[in-house]
Amino acid sequence: MEIKTQRLKHCDLLSVMGKVDSYTAPDLSKAIEAVTKEGRYKIVLDVSKLEYMSSAGFRALLVGQKVCKRYNRGEVVLAAVPTRIMEALDLTGFTTLFKIFADVTLAVGNI
Amino acid sequence: MRTAIFPAAFDQLDAIRLFAGQAARDAGLEGSDIDAVELAVDEACSNIIEHAYQGMHGGDIECTCDLGQNSLTIALRDHGVPFDASALPFPDVTSNLAHRKLGGLGVYLIRTLMDEVRFEPLGKSGNVLTMTIRGKHPK
Repeated sequence: MEIKTQRLKHCDLLSVMGKVDSYTAPDLSKAIEAVTKEGRYKIVLDVSKLEYMSSAGFRALLVGQKVCKRYNRGEVVLAAVPTRIMEALDLTGFTTLFKIFADVTLAVGNI
Repeated sequence: MRTAIFPAAFDQLDAIRLFAGQAARDAGLEGSDIDAVELAVDEACSNIIEHAYQGMHGGDIECTCDLGQNSLTIALRDHGVPFDASALPFPDVTSNLAHRKLGGLGVYLIRTLMDEVRFEPLGKSGNVLTMTIRGKHPK
């Protein structure tokens, strides 16, 4: 897994690439924490190049969302979710907890 | 029937998914069924590493794949502490953010993705988890 963090004016864009499982999920948690610890709570996750995510990754997302939503208009949103990951998000009811945008431009424009 | 033994460690999950995914392909499964096998095996092995071996090093996971015609049965055997995942309550996947729990998703996914799931705690001998998927994409 590889994560690139890009600071934009009103939000942070995290591009998560590769595979997120119990081995790599702690790095995803750390990347999200690194943003929130700076007092920034609007995060767009670009998952267009995400190949795989297990429940360990879902938990990292959920923890991040719980932290961000504590703050005024803070939020984690997802952009460009691949079909196989969307299916697992649906099964676990995560599609009701995260706004999902078709692409990064839409996500950044609407967060 | 094919068997592989993996060290019980999170850095082995990729190799375990690859092994099970290939068995699924060779059994004639396609598309989302292969994804389901990889995810279910990952979740099961993550639980074994976390709960049966409780983070201890040196344990292993024996993965046996029994290939049917457009179906696959996978048995995962460990020699860790007995745990009965079937006793875990189902997480509420409809609750809102404030009430959403962090745990239990792995077993939930296994039960949802696979057609048959059996957890067998074997006392001092460890645990066996057997799960079967039947192809939903007939040729």
